[in-house]
Amino acid sequence: MRIWGPTAIVVVWLLMAVLGPWLPLAPNHIELEHILAGPGSGALLGFDDLGRSLWDRVVVGAQFSFFVSLLVVSISLSAGTLIGASSAYLGGWVDHVIVRIIDIFLAFPGILLAIALAGLLGPGLSNIVIALSIVGWVGFARLARAQVLSLRHREHVQAAQMLGAGPLRIIVRHLLPLIMAPLIVEATFAIAGIVIAEAGLSFLGLGIQPPTPSWGSMIRDGSRYMLVSPHMVLVPGIALILVVLAVNLLGDRLRDRMDIRLRERK
Amino acid sequence: MNDLVLKVEGLTTCFDTASGSLYAVDGVGFEICRGETLALLGESGCGKSLTAFSLMRLLPTRQARIAAGRVVLGGDDLLALPELRMRDIRGNRMAMIFQEPMTSLNPVMTVGEQIAEAVVRHGKLRGRALASRVIELLDAVGIPDAAQRSNEYPHMLSGGMKQRIMIAMALAGEPDLLIADEPTTALDVTIQAQVLELMRDLQRSKGMAILLITHDLGVVAEMADRVAVMYAGQIVEQAESRDFFASPCHPYSRKLFDSLPTIAKRHQPLAIIKGNVPPLTAAGYSGCRFATRCDMAKALCEGEIPQLQDAGPGRAVRCFAYDDRYRGQWGDGASAIIPAAAARPQQQESGADGGLLAVRDLKVYFKIQKGLFKRTVGHIKAVDGVSISIGRGRTLALVGESGCGKTTVAKAILQLQRPTSGSVLFNDVELTTLGGEALRRSRADFQIIFQDPYSSMNPRMLVGDIIQEGMIALGVEPDPKRRALKVDELLQQVGLPPEAKGRYPHEFSGGQRQRVCIARALAVNPKLIICDEPTSALDISVQAQILNLLQQLQRTTGVSYLFITHNLSVVAYLADEVAVMYLGRIVEQGRVSDVLTAPRHPYTQALISAIPVIDAGTRRETIRLEGDLPSPANPPTGCHFHVRCPQARPECSLQYPEAAILEDGRMVRCVLYPRR
Amino acid sequence: MLHFLASRLLSALLVIFGVSTVVFLLIHIVPGDPVEVMLGEASQAADREALRHALGLDLPLWTQLMNYYGHLLQFDLGTSLQSKRPIGDMMLEALPATAQLALAGMVVAMLVAFPLGILAAVRKDTPLDSGAMAFSMLGISIPHFWMGPLLILFFSLWLGWLPVSGRDDWASLVLPALTLGTGLAAILSRMVRASLLEVLGEDFVRTARAKGLSESRVVLRHALRNALLPVITVLGLQLGTLLGGAVITEIVFSWPGVGQMTIDAINRRDYPVVQACVLLISLSYVGINTLTDLVYAWLDPRIRLAEDS
Repeated sequence: MRIWGPTAIVVVWLLMAVLGPWLPLAPNHIELEHILAGPGSGALLGFDDLGRSLWDRVVVGAQFSFFVSLLVVSISLSAGTLIGASSAYLGGWVDHVIVRIIDIFLAFPGILLAIALAGLLGPGLSNIVIALSIVGWVGFARLARAQVLSLRHREHVQAAQMLGAGPLRIIVRHLLPLIMAPLIVEATFAIAGIVIAEAGLSFLGLGIQPPTPSWGSMIRDGSRYMLVSPHMVLVPGIALILVVLAVNLLGDRLRDRMDIRLRERK
Repeated sequence: MNDLVLKVEGLTTCFDTASGSLYAVDGVGFEICRGETLALLGESGCGKSLTAFSLMRLLPTRQARIAAGRVVLGGDDLLALPELRMRDIRGNRMAMIFQEPMTSLNPVMTVGEQIAEAVVRHGKLRGRALASRVIELLDAVGIPDAAQRSNEYPHMLSGGMKQRIMIAMALAGEPDLLIADEPTTALDVTIQAQVLELMRDLQRSKGMAILLITHDLGVVAEMADRVAVMYAGQIVEQAESRDFFASPCHPYSRKLFDSLPTIAKRHQPLAIIKGNVPPLTAAGYSGCRFATRCDMAKALCEGEIPQLQDAGPGRAVRCFAYDDRYRGQWGDGASAIIPAAAARPQQQESGADGGLLAVRDLKVYFKIQKGLFKRTVGHIKAVDGVSISIGRGRTLALVGESGCGKTTVAKAILQLQRPTSGSVLFNDVELTTLGGEALRRSRADFQIIFQDPYSSMNPRMLVGDIIQEGMIALGVEPDPKRRALKVDELLQQVGLPPEAKGRYPHEFSGGQRQRVCIARALAVNPKLIICDEPTSALDISVQAQILNLLQQLQRTTGVSYLFITHNLSVVAYLADEVAVMYLGRIVEQGRVSDVLTAPRHPYTQALISAIPVIDAGTRRETIRLEGDLPSPANPPTGCHFHVRCPQARPECSLQYPEAAILEDGRMVRCVLYPRR
Repeated sequence: MLHFLASRLLSALLVIFGVSTVVFLLIHIVPGDPVEVMLGEASQAADREALRHALGLDLPLWTQLMNYYGHLLQFDLGTSLQSKRPIGDMMLEALPATAQLALAGMVVAMLVAFPLGILAAVRKDTPLDSGAMAFSMLGISIPHFWMGPLLILFFSLWLGWLPVSGRDDWASLVLPALTLGTGLAAILSRMVRASLLEVLGEDFVRTARAKGLSESRVVLRHALRNALLPVITVLGLQLGTLLGGAVITEIVFSWPGVGQMTIDAINRRDYPVVQACVLLISLSYVGINTLTDLVYAWLDPRIRLAEDS
C-alpha cells in the first residue's frame, strides 16, 4: 500500500518529462503585470521575478532532471558494472590497477569533482551528463566488483565450471543475474542522488543555462526574493523533494523486498 | 523427590503470524533432578531449541510468545516472574551454552572481561577477588595459562577453547541447571570428546543438572541419564537412557535408529522415514503428528490425538500402540512393531577392480602473502604428498577433521584448484597437464556433489535448466527433445517428480536439493563422483535417503565415489576403502573393514574412540587427544601428529615417518610401524 | 597492527599521488585552449603567450607534470590569475572557515543521529521507529540548497533570531551547521539503526542476555560497541558528502570558505585556484578517511592484535 504514493509521484514526473514537449507550455513567456505574483493569480503556481509562469517552468525543469538522471544512471550502471565485474572476474594485475583507479576516484568528494568538471567543461546538457557520469560509475564498479568476488567462489559457479561451462556462460548465466538485484537497488538511489546533483549544479550556475529553466536555478533565483514571494523557492523545491523522496522510498521498498528474498534463500 | 531441580509442565510456545498462531512447542513437560542429565533429542525444526529458549525466557523473535505452561525451578514458577526477577535467575541459577562458540562471544571484549561480567552480575566480587575468581573458573574448564588467556580476545582462541570459555561463563553463577544447546555440533570429533568429558566432570563435581539439546544419538548415549524425544513440537517418548537404547518404543524413535548408518548394515538399504515433517499450521492437528509417515499407522491414528502413555517404569510413549484401549489393534503393543529394514543381501564385497583414478604425491601449497607488494612469506601446505587410487565401481572414503585438507584434495583432483605438484591419472589421462578445451571436454567423466545444497545451485535457474546445463555445455545430448526426456528420467532416478523441473531450487527442502545436485552430476554420465560431505548438512533420516540413493546409483551405473567426510559411521556403512588424513597427509589407508575395526595409527585410534557409541552396553574408553589441530601454515616438525599423540616418542619430531605396508595391505605412516 | 598501519599509510600515499595527477589533468580537459578561455576571446595574442608561459602550458605535458609535482612537494600551489596572490596564502585564509563549518555540521549530525538511530533500533517497529525513519528519509531527500534558504526564511527573515549570511560570530554558524548537519544526520541515523539491529541479532548478544544482564547493559556495552565499528567506516566515507555539501552550503550562506572560493574561481576562469581548491578538499578527505581507518583498526582487537610477522 505504502508504495502507491511514491509510484504516483514518479509516474507524474515521467509523464511531465515525456509529454512535456507536446504540452502548451511557455516557460519563457513574460507577463509583466504578474511579476512575483503568488499562486492562483492567473497561473496555477504563480509567477517569478520576470513574470514567467512557475507551473510551465517546473514542468520543463522536470524534463531536464528526468533525462539527465536517466542518462547518467544508465551510463554509470553499465560502465561501472562492466568494469567492476570484469575486474573481479579477471583478477590479477588488471584487478589491482582497477582497484587503484576506483580508490582514486573515490578520494574526491563526489559533488566536488562534478562541480569542478562541470565548471571546466563549461555549461550544457551533455557536459553535465559527462561530469556526473565520470563521478557516478565508481560506486557501481565497487559494488559490482564486491558482488562478483563474493559469488565467484560460490559452489554453483564451481559446479557450472565442472559441467563444462565456459567463462562467458558463467558470467552471463551464473554471475550477472545474481548481482543485478543489489545493483538495481543502488541504481534507484542513484537516480535520486543525480536529481539532487543536477539541481545542485544548476543552483551554482554550472548547469543548464538561463533562460532554460531547471529546478536548481529556479531555487537560486527564488532565494533572492524569499521575503516578498517565498513561493518562488517553495514551488521548485517541493517538486524536487517530492521526486527525490518518492524515488528514495521506492528504493527502500525494493531493498526490503530483495533482502527478504535473499533471506529466504539461505 | 526433593532433589528435583526443574519441573516443566505443558510448556507451549507459539509464533504469532498473519495466518494465526503456529505452535512450535506444544505442551512439553519433563523433570530434571540434581546431578542428572536429560537429553532432548530431535531433528531440526522439532522445537527442541525453542523449548530451551522458552525455559530461559529468551525467545528469538518478537513474534514468538510463551502461550501456556509452568516452568518451576527450585520452587519459583519462572513464567510468572517479572522480567527483572528473571534476570537474576539467568546466568545464576540457570545458565546456558550454545551451538556456535565462534559467534557466541563478544569479539571486542576479552574473555576475562566477559566472564567477570557474569561473576559481577550475580555476586559482589571486586578487584583482586574478582580476578582470581575468573582465573579459578578458567582453570576449572581446563584452559591452560588461565591468567594470560583471560586477557585475550575470542578471535585468538580455537573453537573448542571458546566453548570452554562459554562453559566457564555459565559456571560463574554456580547454576543448578545448565542448558546446553547442541554444545559440540560445531566442533570436530576429537574436540567434542574433550568438551563432553569436561561437562561430565563438572557435573560430577558440582552436582548440577544438565538439559542437553542434541540431534546426535551418539552424544545422547555418551551423556544422558534420561532421554526425551521430540517430534513436531511434542515429546513423543521419554525413557531412561539405558532402556531407550535397548529398545526404543515410539515408531519415530525406532526409525531414527534404523536410519543410522553402521558397519553392520553395509550393502543393505537404510530405513527411511517417508514424507516430511508436517508443516506448522494454525489449524492444528487432528491426529498423531507422525501418522502420515508411520509404517504402522491405523485409521485411528489420523482421527484421534494420542496422549503420552505409561509404558513401563520411567517410560512414556505418545502412541496408541501403547494405549491399553487400542493395544489390541497392534497385537502385543511394542513387540508387534515390525523391524524396519529387513536385511536384503546385496552385491558382494569386491567389485570389478580396474583402476579408474590414481593420484600420486599430490601437493597443493597456498602462498601466504603479506603487505602491499604481496611478498610471499611462506606456504600453507594444505595437501602435502597425498597418494590414493580408486577402482571402477568402488568407493574410497577420505576422512579427516576440519582443516585437514580433504576438500582441497577433491578440488585438486577435479582441477578446480591446480595442484602445486604431483600426478592425477584419470582413466589413463594425466589431468594436471591437461589445459583449456581438452580439460573442459573431459569434465563429463568426473563430477562433484557439494556439502551445501543451498549454495551449489544457481537460485535464478529452474531445476530442469540446472540439470541439463552440463548436457548442453558438454554436448552430451544435443537433441532438445531427447534431453527433456533424459531430465525426466534423471529426476525419476533420484526420486523426484517430473514437475520438479519447472520449479526453482528454493522451493525444495535440503534433502530434495541434494537429489537435484546428484541428478545434475549424473546427467553427463560421469565415471567418478566426488561427494564432499554430501549429508553433513542434513538430518539423520534425510541422510539415510541420500546414502541409499548413492548406493543404488552405484549398483545401476557402476560409478565410483570419492567420499569426503568427517563422519566415520557413514564411512563404515558405505565405503570400500578409507584414507585418514591429518594436516595435509594421509596417515593410514586400507580396507574399511580392517581400518575401522582395528585401527593402527594412533590418530585413527583416537579418532575412532572419540566417536560416541550408541550401544549403551559397550561404552569404550576414549583416547583423549590434548590440544587443538595445529595450523597447516606452521605444522609441527617430523610427524605432524606427535604433539598430540599419546604414544609419541622422541624420534617422532625428527622426520616424517615413511609409509609402511602392513600384512593386510593397509598403509600406515607412523614410527610404531617401521618400513620393512 | 604495525603492518596494517604501514600498508594503510602506503596506500594513502598512492591515492594522494593519483588524486594530484587527476587534478593536474583537469585543466587539460577544458575544451579548446585553456588560455583563451581564461583570458576571453578578445585577448591579445601576446597576453596569451605570456600567460601560457607563466603557467608553463607551452612545455611538453611530461615536463609540466614533473614541475607540478615539484611545486606540490614544496607546498607551492601557484598564483591566482585574478588576485595575483599566492594561492597558498588564500587557502590559509579560507580553510579555517570551511573546517569550522564542516566540524560544526559533523557535531550536529552526530548529536542527532546516534540517539535517534539507537532509539529506533531498540524500539524497532514502534511508532518511534517509523517516526525516526520518516524523519531521516526526509532529511536524505532535502538538498542543502533548499534547506538553507528555508532556514533563512524561517529563522532570519520571519523570526529574526539569526543572521542571514556571513561569518561574524557564533550565531552566524548556527544555520549553516544545521543545514550541513541534517543531511548527514539522516544518513547516519539509518546506518546506526541498521548496524545496531544486525548486531542485536548476533549470538553474543544472546549470550549476554543469558548471563542475566540488564537490557541497557546488553545494548550499550555489548551491542553498541560492535555496531559502531561499521558506522565508523561509513562515517569516514560520508565525510565526502559533508565536504561536497559544504561547498553548496557556503554559497547559500556566503560563508567565506574554500567552497566559496572554488565557485568564484570557476566563474572567473581562475583555473589554478580551482585546481588548488579541489586538490586541497580531496586531500583532506583522504587524510580524514585514513584516520578513521586507523581508529577503526584500533577499536577492533581483531586488527589491533593481528600479528606482524
